[in-house]
Amino acid sequence: MTSISRADVAHLGRLARLELTESELDHYSEQLDVILQSVARISEVAADDIPPMSHPIPMVNVFRDDVVKPSLTRQEALAAAPATEDDRFRVPRILDEE
Amino acid sequence: MGDLFRQNASVLANAIATKEVSAVEVTQAHLDRISAVDGKVHAFLHVNAQAALEQAKAVDAKVAAGTTLGPLAGVPLGLKDVLAMKGEPTTAGSKILEGWRPPYDSTVVQRLRAADIVILGKTNMDEFAMGSSTEHSAYGATHNPWDLDRIPGGSGGGSAAALAAFEAPLAIGTDTGGSIRQPASVTGTVGVKPTYGGVSRYGQIALASSLDQPGPCARTVLDTALLHAAIAGHDPMDSTSINAPVPDVVAAAKRADVRGMKIGVVKELGGEGYQAGVSQRYAEALEILQSLGAEVIEVSCPSFEYALGAYYLILPSEASSNLARFDGMRYGLRVGDDGNNGVEQVMSMTREAGFGPEVKRRIMLGTYALSSGYYDAYYGQAQKVRTLITRDFNAAFEQVDVLVSPTAPTTAFKLGEKLDDPIAMYLNDVATIPVNLAGIGAMSLPIGLAPEDGLPVGFQIMAPAMADDRLYLAGGALEAALTDRWGHLLIEEAPEL
Repeated sequence: MTSISRADVAHLGRLARLELTESELDHYSEQLDVILQSVARISEVAADDIPPMSHPIPMVNVFRDDVVKPSLTRQEALAAAPATEDDRFRVPRILDEE
Repeated sequence: MGDLFRQNASVLANAIATKEVSAVEVTQAHLDRISAVDGKVHAFLHVNAQAALEQAKAVDAKVAAGTTLGPLAGVPLGLKDVLAMKGEPTTAGSKILEGWRPPYDSTVVQRLRAADIVILGKTNMDEFAMGSSTEHSAYGATHNPWDLDRIPGGSGGGSAAALAAFEAPLAIGTDTGGSIRQPASVTGTVGVKPTYGGVSRYGQIALASSLDQPGPCARTVLDTALLHAAIAGHDPMDSTSINAPVPDVVAAAKRADVRGMKIGVVKELGGEGYQAGVSQRYAEALEILQSLGAEVIEVSCPSFEYALGAYYLILPSEASSNLARFDGMRYGLRVGDDGNNGVEQVMSMTREAGFGPEVKRRIMLGTYALSSGYYDAYYGQAQKVRTLITRDFNAAFEQVDVLVSPTAPTTAFKLGEKLDDPIAMYLNDVATIPVNLAGIGAMSLPIGLAPEDGLPVGFQIMAPAMADDRLYLAGGALEAALTDRWGHLLIEEAPEL
């Protein structure tokens, strides 16, 4: 298993959309490394022929009838939004200025 | 009948139904108790006295009209702040949801309302249920009523402390790796993590969806069973909800009988690493069960030693995905939207400002475990360990009816003691985690005080999936024997606040 560097943490912060501070980068690289070392032992036990388990109850494709039911009104759905405009969620620009 | 706030839920419900007291009086007594002691305990993040009193008034009207009521009608409850309740602040202990009021009720809340249980307010918790001490709440720690300098457990420390401080006789928790059972253990109260899928997760703010499970908390086994029955059962709104009858937990709690029951002591959960007083009380509890007619045998679950490692890869992986929804666009906090910053910048600034240190730690850990190149070595391996642990449980349950262990390796530790040492904090859950990985049910109940520090010790009972009634059968018997010996419930030894 590999160890985790400060640059790795910066990369993870970008992937996870966390604008980490310089001191957080130092702190977390140290801590994540310790945590990963301590969990790495699991590679000792699980052999290739063991099937992975993603869920405690084996069930697939739980369907329901496709019928219209009451749902939130537009007003209710927008009530908690940080910003709205013309009955819609208002979001910051999604494209870079070029 | 003495102080109303000291009574158990079943006693209160009976007194309300027979008009000995009104539901309004019972609710007011608990609201007064909260006013008197919650400044020291900080079990609640939000109390809505007016709504609670209105709900209680409606119960009294039903009693007056002769309506048949449920077995907990009019009894007050504290709701863990991770469950959505329409119009009431719901934060999951996080700044990123400060001020959010859900536009809908979780299924648990719908069922509580249908059972006429009076919801006093929302209880404190580690942020997004990540923690074992409630110190990771963005709104300040909860204090253990047994010793205000100590942790009440976590993540559901608010719910457990509310029970132990007599602020509510009932509470709801959620258990992803022990968040119901470990707080119960360190506060001298009872908590049950039902079989996965036994109680609907609809409206529970998700931590790790394949592990999360809401459940009942109370001061007695019978009260816990009554609450369990009120909230359990199939829900079409949760696709992982089990579509089968709920085991009769109330009948089991009343029967409280272990004669002929085979009880397996898990060799790997106990001994080294467990506090001496915890081990001592645990050994005594095993002797009591034996004297009551149970057969106690040792069983081995060799893969359990890898459970903690697997859990701390699976949980952060699922959490990093679930918490991606907190992006500052549709609800919750938004930071940095100054007209210049683009959407990704605003998301990153919002999440940086809105999440606390433990949440960031786990999001990054999960992001790492799921990232290309590491997925097989970490997440894939952890899922295989999950299979091995489930096989260990299955093999053990071929020999015995229930398995037992101490709930937690120690009694309540001091606030601040493990706050910035994630590994030390994670070790609190070593005995509770295997249950979540396998999806089975488990209970923690108090078995006495550790001689060295005078703090409560918890006993864990684990049963096969969909056999939650066995938890109450064994737990009820043990509680009755201990109460007989002490002449009262352990919680009555808690110091005055």
